[in-house]
Amino acid sequence: MKVNGIEYPSPGASRRLLSDHLRHDLGLTGTHVGCEHGVCGCCTVLLDGAPVRSCLMLAVQAEGHDVMTIEGLAGDGQALHPVQQAFHECHGLQCGFCTPGFVMSVVGLLAQHPNPNVQEIDEGIAGNLCRCTGYASIRRAVKRAAELSPSPLRAEGRGEGGT
Amino acid sequence: MTTRWFGAPVQRVEDDRLLRGHGRFTDDIGEGALECCFVRSPYAHARIRSIDTSAAREMPGVVAVYTAADLPFGGLDLPLLIPHPNLTHGRTQRCLASEIVRYAGEAVAFVVAADRYAAEDAAELVAVDYDPLPVVVTPEAGARADHLVHDDVPGNVAAEMLQEVGDVDAAMRSAPRRKQLRFRYERGAASPMEGRAVWARWSAAEHKLTVYDSTQSPTSIRGGLAVLFGLPESNVEVIAPDVGGGFGPKIMLFYPDELLVPFAAMQLGRPVKWTEDRQEHFTAVNQERGQVHEVEVGFDDSGRVLALSDDFVHDGGAYTPYGIILPIITAGQVPGPYRIPNYRVRFRDVYTNATPTSPYRGAGRPHACFVMERTLDFIASELGLDRAEVRRRNLIQADQFPYDVGVAWQDGNTVVYDSGDYPRLLERALEMLGPKPPGDHVGMGLGIYVEGTGVGPYEGAHVQVLVSGKVVAATGIPSQGQAHATVWAQVVADELGVDVKDVVVSSGDTRRFSWGVGTFASRGAVTAGNAMHVAARMVATKAKQIAAEQLEANPDDLELVGGRVRVKGSTDRGIPLAAVAVLSNPVRYAFGGGTEAATQFASKPRSGPPLHGGEEPGLEATGYYSPPGSTWASGCHAAYVRVDPRTFRLEILKYVVVHDCGRVINPLVLQGQIEGGVAQGIGGAFYERLAYDADGQLRNASFMEFLIPYATEIPPIEIDHFETPSPLNPLGVKGAGEAGVIPVGAVIASAIEEALGIPIAEMPLSPLKLFELSMLKR
Repeated sequence: MKVNGIEYPSPGASRRLLSDHLRHDLGLTGTHVGCEHGVCGCCTVLLDGAPVRSCLMLAVQAEGHDVMTIEGLAGDGQALHPVQQAFHECHGLQCGFCTPGFVMSVVGLLAQHPNPNVQEIDEGIAGNLCRCTGYASIRRAVKRAAELSPSPLRAEGRGEGGT
Repeated sequence: MTTRWFGAPVQRVEDDRLLRGHGRFTDDIGEGALECCFVRSPYAHARIRSIDTSAAREMPGVVAVYTAADLPFGGLDLPLLIPHPNLTHGRTQRCLASEIVRYAGEAVAFVVAADRYAAEDAAELVAVDYDPLPVVVTPEAGARADHLVHDDVPGNVAAEMLQEVGDVDAAMRSAPRRKQLRFRYERGAASPMEGRAVWARWSAAEHKLTVYDSTQSPTSIRGGLAVLFGLPESNVEVIAPDVGGGFGPKIMLFYPDELLVPFAAMQLGRPVKWTEDRQEHFTAVNQERGQVHEVEVGFDDSGRVLALSDDFVHDGGAYTPYGIILPIITAGQVPGPYRIPNYRVRFRDVYTNATPTSPYRGAGRPHACFVMERTLDFIASELGLDRAEVRRRNLIQADQFPYDVGVAWQDGNTVVYDSGDYPRLLERALEMLGPKPPGDHVGMGLGIYVEGTGVGPYEGAHVQVLVSGKVVAATGIPSQGQAHATVWAQVVADELGVDVKDVVVSSGDTRRFSWGVGTFASRGAVTAGNAMHVAARMVATKAKQIAAEQLEANPDDLELVGGRVRVKGSTDRGIPLAAVAVLSNPVRYAFGGGTEAATQFASKPRSGPPLHGGEEPGLEATGYYSPPGSTWASGCHAAYVRVDPRTFRLEILKYVVVHDCGRVINPLVLQGQIEGGVAQGIGGAFYERLAYDADGQLRNASFMEFLIPYATEIPPIEIDHFETPSPLNPLGVKGAGEAGVIPVGAVIASAIEEALGIPIAEMPLSPLKLFELSMLKR
């Protein structure tokens, strides 16, 4: 399994969840576990570029795949990823527990909709629960992230929110 | 005070590590800790016949299994935090139950193993033989005493309290109109995204206990553990690291794990960690809001309230670890922003076979607000008056402060509003709300509230200018997302004339500041914020004294600006703050610019010993702030909603908030608090319901069935603020943490009532509930 571009050996026990493997075997504790039944989205990571719940997958199921966690978005000492930067600018986080999951979902959302409209934003983040912000600042952050993201599609003047 | 940072929309300084995935939440702390799992009662009320842990102990990977019999404190009742004379029958649970369990989820045994997987497997092998007992689940059943929760508590009544202002009976008799109303508010759950977690390490060599705890009060945890384990407080360190939301239940202490994890770490000589899972969070963590109110209101033809009598039952749950703060707050806050000349309130805090209750964001206030606002809506409807007009006629006016409501408050004083302008809140909210959108089944809701904030007894802060010129500041209360590190840096930066980025704030770590109370009751900004202000001002005074000697100036003629202490307005007569920090200590051992800058001043001869009488080394100070009474924030919410008459889907068309919490430290942070509070209120009003069945089982203990709103359920919220500074504290601030949530239930109920034309007297609502109510109407 490749995590953030680094090849790791197979996880041990077959029943180990991907979320536990990332957090406790690989020390990538930025991926959080909020419900362990696939509703809150705190554990969202990218699997081959698409957002998935790492608490609903066994680690062994991720073998042969590319996993990207929050730690993989911006290296130490490097500038924040545009989505991270947008969350900062828009006060898109309070306690920060759900934040890595939201950020990964938004990275996935913007890959699909580089310039999302209001409905696409709501639907794009509607797999993640936040108990602090009431989502308003997260919506603002998604819009801002779209502005900050270098996107060839946007540069070509693609209209609001195509699919 | 020249304010520069105070009031500015400063972006948060704590974001970077959280955004990079480098946050440090309790479960993120590893160090090879053993992990734990509880065995919890599946019954809401049962006698324990026997507990057999032998099979569990033999499981591979299991290190220890504890029952009450294995604990030196197994027979000890856990503390009752806030005793009260009216709490005549307070009861608390034991760390692990050994005889009787009184709610489903009560802890019975505790397994420690190599990892959580092994601990969960072993917990399943702990065989507990229960003899089920009859239960009381609802507050009504508790009050009827269908069964007793505690054999020695007659009628299940933990506490009863009666208060009266004026002469309610006489006023009621002479009132032109009277009406009896009944309101019911069910339990809710705070549900922070991070559940609870505790990590502990015992160092035998240092004789020191270190505990990481996702608590809202590490200082209190430290004090309790020191006593329990017979250690000096200096040998116990408690740290609330990053905490993933609190909203009240994490101020409760002690939960059993907060004793068991440190105990196991000490006994086993290895780090031990327990991280709650979501399912157990639903039953093991305190809840709140269950109340049933029987109201009688007397009013005149103009809609003025002449008398109000409220007799309510508060659902205490199975134990009263937090005393009777909640019903006291409700009793004190029912009158809200209104002049109620004759007010009587009685409550009974009753035991039920359900999870204990303690404050959840709002803490007694949403239900109080619901009672008052629904009553006013009834009066408006009865008289055919506009709902806003009825409120106008009853509001306390801006020239009536301080206003003494005359009933008890949680700090032992009476409820006295310090400042505010309630009519202005209402008018501004109506202006923002604008005309009603067209269409059928559209309703308007309105709610005005006050919120007692900034309750004592005190908080403290330590502020130090380092020889680098950077500033460190610390306070005892932790953050659960309220941006303490940013807003207190703003307060300190203003006093010391430095950049906000040069102030690094630590909070919730007893190693850095060991005194304090906790983060709850919307009190952080008032108590710790003012303590920061006090400590920083002491540092500024000291800096001026030291600099004055060097600059041969009067300290009163100096100012702290741009990281320097200088003669007021002068560009050349000054000394860097870093150099002052060096000069504050007669010993020099630092590298760096401050030391070099100080050398040019250091040669000045000074008579007497290096430290004069009363002088202390270091450019630092510790300050405390103890509020003389609560500060009262206030606000008005108004909304338009549309309800689909067939599916009863709720659509919030517009939601406006006008809010007054005194002087605003950081508008970005405040906006986030309000937006988040409203969203939590909307969840509690229409989506989230704790579905207990007749056996006391919580049937929906998961996020699949306890429906916290996603973004798709939360509308944009329009917010306006104005400031009536509190006269009670130097910063003029009031709390804001709970404000957003308080009136939402009342507003949504009011709007749905108008939209559908069916009376609403209960919370929470749901499409199903509205369907049932509409059937009743037919």
